[in-house]
Amino acid sequence: MELDRIEKLLEKYLEASTSIGEEKELRAYFSQESVASHLKQYAPMFQYFSAAKEERYTKGLPLKKRNINYRWLSIAAMAVLLFGIYFGKEYQEKKEAEFAYNETKKALTLLADNFSRGTEKVAYLKEFENATQKIYNKN
Amino acid sequence: MKQSEFLNVVMPFKDKLYRLAKRLLVSREEAEDATQEILMKLWSKNENIGKYKNVEAFAMTMTKNFCLDRLKSKQAGNLKLVHSNYGDNNSSLQKQVEAKDSLGWVEKIMEELPEQQKLVLQLRDVEEYDFDEIGELLNMKPTAIRVALSRARKTVREKLMQKHSYGIG
Repeated sequence: MELDRIEKLLEKYLEASTSIGEEKELRAYFSQESVASHLKQYAPMFQYFSAAKEERYTKGLPLKKRNINYRWLSIAAMAVLLFGIYFGKEYQEKKEAEFAYNETKKALTLLADNFSRGTEKVAYLKEFENATQKIYNKN
Repeated sequence: MKQSEFLNVVMPFKDKLYRLAKRLLVSREEAEDATQEILMKLWSKNENIGKYKNVEAFAMTMTKNFCLDRLKSKQAGNLKLVHSNYGDNNSSLQKQVEAKDSLGWVEKIMEELPEQQKLVLQLRDVEEYDFDEIGELLNMKPTAIRVALSRARKTVREKLMQKHSYGIG
């Protein structure tokens, strides 16, 4: 009876209309020792399928942990560097401008000092003028 | 996704990828390289992995396409060289095969099948995928799968019978 069923299943199998469960049944039947002699020729087929399923991938997996992030890191570093150069330059220019401003201011205060000294002297001159005027008026 | 999570996702089907690659590329080294390549690709996409409904199907499709491309570029590359290469591969494989006897015959017979039948047979009889899954992977309608599968099975049986009668007779 079982043989009957196996034969039927084989027929269905070749027409590709067996279900996965039925195919499992066939594999199980052909994996045992006592296979009917007229069906023995099918045995290698099913045994091979079962054997093939046992094959394993044994090569390792070199998963570099931060595989992609190195790329991003370098991009980020580049960006920082560029910003640094850009803003650094700006900062330097600002510094230079400030320096120039301070120098000019110094120079101008120097000038201003000298001017005010000059006006002081002019004030004396005015005093002198007043004195002479007084003298003139008296006469 | 962390490395350990990724490995948990990938572990259950990495052997399937390898077996599929080996079915198509025949050479063990080639298949290992291909599998590694695919797994690395998956890892590099691992941010998006959660978005795929079925990572296994996605990976299997990737493997299939990768191997077919590989075969195509080999054939397009240098026909003569490739051919002698193949000859070498086959002869060493044949020796292996003969050692393993009749199970090896089946492997050898499957090698000679057209690509599509090879794929269908691999996915169904080795990996036990159902027709829907195979249809999704190979972009085939169920009836087309059934036809290809039936042809493949019949061819394997016939060739096996021939070999068998030689072997005995």
